[in-house]
Amino acid sequence: MTRKRRRFYIVVAALLVFGSATALVLTALDDSLDLFQSPSQIMAAPPPPERGIRLGGLVEEGTVLRSSDGLSVTFRVTDGAQSVPVRYQGILPDLFREGQGVITVGSMGQGGTFLAREVLAKHDENYLPREVVDALKESGQWREGEGEGVR
Amino acid sequence: MFRRLMFLLPALVFVAIAGYFLWGLGPARDPSAVPTAMIDKPVPDFDLAAVPSLGVPGLATADLAGGEVVMVNFFASWCVPCRAEHRYLTAFAEQTGVPLYGINHRDKPEDAAAWLAELGNPYRRIGADPGRAAVEWGVTGVPETFLIDGAGRIRFHHRGPMVPEVIDRDVMPLLRVLKP
Amino acid sequence: MIIELGHFALILALVAALLQGSLPMIGAARGDAAWMALARPAAFAQLFLVVFAFCTLTYAYVTSDFTVANVVANSHSAKPLLYKVTGVWGNHEGSMLLWIFILAAFGSAVAAFGGNLPPTLQARVLGVQAWIGIGFLAFTLFTSNPFLRIFPAPFDGEDLNPLLQDPGLAFHPPLLYAGYVGFSMAFSFAIAALIEGKVDAAWARWVRPWTLLAWAFLTGGIALGSWWAYYELGWGGWWFWDPVENASFMPWLLGTALLHSAIVVEKRNALKTWTILLAILTFSLSLIGTFIVRSGVLTSVHAFATDPERGFFILILLAVAIGGSLTLFAVRAPALKAGGLFAPISREGAMVINNLFLTAACAAVFLGTLYPLFLEALDGSKVSVGPPFFNATFAPLMVPLVFLAAIGPMLPWKRGDLAGALARLKLAALGAVAIGLIAWYLKSGGPVLAVAAMGLAAWLFVGALVEWTDRVKLFRVTPGESWRRAKALPRSAHGMTLAHAGLAIVMAGMIGSSVWKAEVVANLRPGETVEIAGYSLLFEGVGKLDGPNYQAERARFSVTRDGEELAVMFPEKRVYQVRAMPTTEAAIRTTLFSDLYAVIGDADGQGGWTVRIYHEPLVPWIWLGCFVMVAGGLTSLSDRRLRIGAPHRQDAESSARRATA
Repeated sequence: MTRKRRRFYIVVAALLVFGSATALVLTALDDSLDLFQSPSQIMAAPPPPERGIRLGGLVEEGTVLRSSDGLSVTFRVTDGAQSVPVRYQGILPDLFREGQGVITVGSMGQGGTFLAREVLAKHDENYLPREVVDALKESGQWREGEGEGVR
Repeated sequence: MFRRLMFLLPALVFVAIAGYFLWGLGPARDPSAVPTAMIDKPVPDFDLAAVPSLGVPGLATADLAGGEVVMVNFFASWCVPCRAEHRYLTAFAEQTGVPLYGINHRDKPEDAAAWLAELGNPYRRIGADPGRAAVEWGVTGVPETFLIDGAGRIRFHHRGPMVPEVIDRDVMPLLRVLKP
Repeated sequence: MIIELGHFALILALVAALLQGSLPMIGAARGDAAWMALARPAAFAQLFLVVFAFCTLTYAYVTSDFTVANVVANSHSAKPLLYKVTGVWGNHEGSMLLWIFILAAFGSAVAAFGGNLPPTLQARVLGVQAWIGIGFLAFTLFTSNPFLRIFPAPFDGEDLNPLLQDPGLAFHPPLLYAGYVGFSMAFSFAIAALIEGKVDAAWARWVRPWTLLAWAFLTGGIALGSWWAYYELGWGGWWFWDPVENASFMPWLLGTALLHSAIVVEKRNALKTWTILLAILTFSLSLIGTFIVRSGVLTSVHAFATDPERGFFILILLAVAIGGSLTLFAVRAPALKAGGLFAPISREGAMVINNLFLTAACAAVFLGTLYPLFLEALDGSKVSVGPPFFNATFAPLMVPLVFLAAIGPMLPWKRGDLAGALARLKLAALGAVAIGLIAWYLKSGGPVLAVAAMGLAAWLFVGALVEWTDRVKLFRVTPGESWRRAKALPRSAHGMTLAHAGLAIVMAGMIGSSVWKAEVVANLRPGETVEIAGYSLLFEGVGKLDGPNYQAERARFSVTRDGEELAVMFPEKRVYQVRAMPTTEAAIRTTLFSDLYAVIGDADGQGGWTVRIYHEPLVPWIWLGCFVMVAGGLTSLSDRRLRIGAPHRQDAESSARRATA
């Protein structure tokens, strides 16, 4: 076993492993990417049903309806110009509210309804830009329980 | 030589990645931003009554097409960042003379009045919005701010508080174009 | 006043770090012993000052000193004492202070226990360590200072995010940081070795225990974090491939690779350049993780308040630390002498394969995590890379790794006999088939891949045990003789067995809980039941409950199986008063083989409640297995040969001779 030969084996093994890893990555990227879309984009060019979509916007006021069995929820997500009906089954996140920003993950179903398999409301209260926090602290204006007004 | 290059490879890969990071930090980029669809659209149709007891008139679409550049600001007394941006908005309106119109979003009239009494009222008109106008405007939360040109078109839309950075970076250059 | 003292101490710590980073380095270059000797007292001074600063901030939290802005933003007078203390690092500024504290502690450990290191190496290691400290101290002081006052002082604080008021998350950051920062030791040793131009077995002896310690901390930290996500977020999942999670997972993958390649350097004096590169990359990924979490370049569900200015500062740190070290590597590494030879089928060969798969897996995670950023930079489109990507790339790379992890330890150094190794693994193959069949039977055919994966986990588990029993000759000699052999076996051998067996347990838990998870969502009125996986849960209603700083709606379920009452479960929905923030508290009933997991949602206004129940087979094994892995790491660490301070040059040589013999 010479040094050259050993290096040859290592290079071959490395090429094999990294080659297959690259192949895996490329195929996976092809079909498991979720695309961020706004309601306007979806209305302009409805994506095919198999495409994973993250639909972002705000929950339109007065559109949240629970079905009689209490399990599925429908609401509209809007960006102001267009809105898309969304259907979701399950428990909504704690911070879900009308008029608040949400991101729903899913795909387009029959009849132009977006079928969400996940609804995300940001659970991070650190949403204030720092300069705002600084400004508030400077003026001693922090009030309890008011942390929710942003976005 | 080739061997040397192999050893340099990790550093080169890192330089490329660092380049992307630098780009990712760019000030105009917010990965969690909800995209706005309002730019260059005419202002939506709306007609809001005045908030009682404030002594300033309400706000409707017609008020925004008067041939003058105006700023429209969604605010609420319960919103913390609104409080933070208030003084910057006040200073902006005073210094530039751009009329500042407010839309009071889902608020109790008495709370709004108390809030403005405490902080001062820079708004020439204030419409009381129970929620519908926010949807029409594509507002996802308060505060949000728009700049409307003389023809009644939205030229600027900012989600979040109007801090000096935003005013200097985005609003002032635009204002110089719109109002030479 | 005390806070100002803390602030001042932190500035002095920066001065101490500057001293530690400059004079000893110059001393080492010139061979000036007196200058080199400065490194140790400087390291101790730095630690003392940082500890003092940390204590003053903790004091401010405990006494609810609302003149300190950081306390106002993250604490509240009504908060339980435990969370007042953990609130110190529950925010960006305080967590940086914790990071610096751990960094200084590791530096002092080298100063304290490194008496038998060659003096130039010790001076250089401490010097590099000081430079990392300088970067983070400056970052904290200039962009994230926790000691700033606020005037006028508010009446009370804003409280800590209720999601963080939890024992699991309270201790997750310290463990995680100890892991991240621990890898800085391997990094400092690597840089020092590059400067010295010499890597030998003694060097690897020094690097290994630190890497092992960091690895054990990081394993524990990641496990605790995923456990927290599991019971606190109320989605019944334990891993989301979120950028923040990936940020901690990537250093773990490379750190695991480093752990293995360092053994080859130590025993066989081979793979030296590669090990140096791994040491640099592992810590680099820890730094990049910090950057991802705190700069806001990627979206994540649980991020610190982000800020481009801070991000820019960290990016400069990255450029200096990573760019500088990789450039040094490019210049100096080609001159390092190549080490011992080995055949492809050998222990070394197995370690190389292990490293290749771990590195490839890490690269896949890295690409998936940063792909949204790359794509947005290239064509502006916004995408997100979800769990399907990681499942499709990561899992296939783990399969051969786990398969080979059972074979590797069977191979001797230098030149191995594959047929012999496989023959010794007959029992493991048998175990794999048996477990596969049991899974097949229990889940009536289940997905074939999952059944095969369970078999693979059994293969690794039995394989690890077989290797151990062979070594102690269990059942082939008298039990007393086996016991004597087990005691004579180096602790690191026991450690390896534990770590590999732990990995097998984790794997089984992951497969069971993701493939055979059952979920029921129902709208229930009091008196109604749901059935899941043979259990029935009777919904008895919802009552109100007042906690110390929250109010809750608490549901009551009684759980029965075949008519026998087993447990009562109380899932809650809480609203924390100060931040008016709702949270979901899941109720979990754990047995050794599965979890029953209940969450309540909203009332429908007509007396019904939405509830969600999960049944997750084997899920406790994930954390059990992580615990076994950590135990393995610590057992190995307690090995006398690895114990801090033990390595001697001579010792290293004699063991190298033993290994070749």
